[in-house]
Amino acid sequence: MEALLLPNIPDLHKLEVYEANGGYQMLRRALEMKPEDVTAEVKKSNLRGRGGACFPTGLKWTFMPKSTDRPKYICVNGDESEPGTFKDRQIFEFNPHLLIEGALIAAYAMGVSVVYIYIRGEYIAWIRMLQQAVDDAYAKGYVGQKILETGFSTEIYLHRGAGAYICGEESSLMNSLEGERGYPRVKPPFPAQFGLWGCPTTINNVETIANVPLILRMGAEAYSKIGAPKHPGPILVGVSGHVNKPGVYEMPTGVLLTDIIHKHAGGVPGNKRIKAVIPGGSSTMILRGEQIEGVAMDFESLKAAGSSVGTAGLIVMDEDTDLIRVITRITAFYHHESCGQCTPCREGTGWMHKILTRFMNHEATMKDLDLLLDVANNIEGNTICALGDAAAWPVQSMIKQFRGEFEQRVMRSAEAPVASHAAV
Amino acid sequence: MFSDQQLSRIEELKKRYQHPRSVVLEALWMWQDEHGWISEEGMKTVADALGIPPHDVFGVVSFYTMFNRKPVGRHKIEVCTNVSCMLRNSDRILKHIQDRLHVGVGETTPDGRFTLVEAECLGSCGTAPMMQVGDRYHENLDPQKVDAILEGLK
Repeated sequence: MEALLLPNIPDLHKLEVYEANGGYQMLRRALEMKPEDVTAEVKKSNLRGRGGACFPTGLKWTFMPKSTDRPKYICVNGDESEPGTFKDRQIFEFNPHLLIEGALIAAYAMGVSVVYIYIRGEYIAWIRMLQQAVDDAYAKGYVGQKILETGFSTEIYLHRGAGAYICGEESSLMNSLEGERGYPRVKPPFPAQFGLWGCPTTINNVETIANVPLILRMGAEAYSKIGAPKHPGPILVGVSGHVNKPGVYEMPTGVLLTDIIHKHAGGVPGNKRIKAVIPGGSSTMILRGEQIEGVAMDFESLKAAGSSVGTAGLIVMDEDTDLIRVITRITAFYHHESCGQCTPCREGTGWMHKILTRFMNHEATMKDLDLLLDVANNIEGNTICALGDAAAWPVQSMIKQFRGEFEQRVMRSAEAPVASHAAV
Repeated sequence: MFSDQQLSRIEELKKRYQHPRSVVLEALWMWQDEHGWISEEGMKTVADALGIPPHDVFGVVSFYTMFNRKPVGRHKIEVCTNVSCMLRNSDRILKHIQDRLHVGVGETTPDGRFTLVEAECLGSCGTAPMMQVGDRYHENLDPQKVDAILEGLK
């Protein structure tokens, strides 16, 4: 498949190069269509959100009320903070106008007058790149009032975050944008009814929005035939950890994980065996190396394998990896990032981290393993937002897949005092 | 105090939102860019500029990790130690910087040149290990590369 999201065209981030390659033609086409026909086209394409939940994008757009006297908003989610995820920054850097064009088409389809693009604060260099592109698009009349001399007007504003993983959760993102602490909101009401300042709002991931012009260019029918039928389209897969060529690779959905690792990312250094794989960012369920045979990077295949696509941030761990250390570090992250609103998450993540630290220090007993699972099970499903689940799943799946590693730690712990005694 | 230029920028930004409160992060960034950290005076100044109570500004400052609540060195070094970097030996980078600068995590060198902190995933997993210094990302690090970067920061 030719690259669609990140084609290899030098200087594509520049407006004139983007235009010379057909840029903003799809905005023109959209403006000649009825807004509801644009939404119908996106729906027909079967595009699913690329931010982690794989929710059908077109369907989400239909949730926005058609007639309302309140302003409507789009938030483009560029908070990208899930460990293992580094794809959206490629779009900001190499194809920012595709994102802008997609946002404009989405705004037209949903009758939105302001689009906010929320970007994590650490990405200041990429915020500047995208801002330059937005400024250029304004100067050419693609953004702002009476776009391309039609009756359609919309503004695009970038909004810089300040360091909080939770702000990638859509309701937390809206609170952050409103100038509040980034606490997730209880749902319902859902954002399409009660979003920013209580107005109808749709939140889409950066990569999702960047797919929109591609759908119009190819036609929904052709787009829907790319990759896996129930989760079609190009996808940016970030490969990190123990591979020879880590990086972001664009491919159709449905590529085998083994092909991603060996063909795209150059295999494992030293041809070591793969011990474990986290397929879609740190909150997706970990899989054993031998389990990924035949599993593909798409919604259905990963679900069947007992994990999920998430943000397609594939983390590879070779046979020498200390998985207890991995899960301890991941859990420390969720403990740090818990917003503190819900007790199971606020207390549970810290509790899990304490137990895991006992395993790290060879101080754990078998009871600790049961306790760890019990705490994880009591976080899952008992919090306002998905961060609780995101913290519980890696722990639950690590115990399920690698129970032996924990047990070995316990046994070694039990033996350790004897061994040290003998040494004396 | 904000300068007239800063205040007019804030007024400009307010027009983008339904409520001036939305400008709080950007106003705090303005303050921190100039002063290096967010003091009580900074929070009060931001609150006045937006017409919101100072305790609300404090609530925001304390929620986000990027706002410094005490003075930091001229260069804040943030080493990512999350899973993708960890798998590519971010420990070695962190230890190297600690040894070189003779500081622990969270500490500032006596000359006020560097502050060292550990960071959560900064989205550089494909170019791990990495560190952020100020606004800049430094990627695919090894100890020699770190030395060269630190040499260049006065």
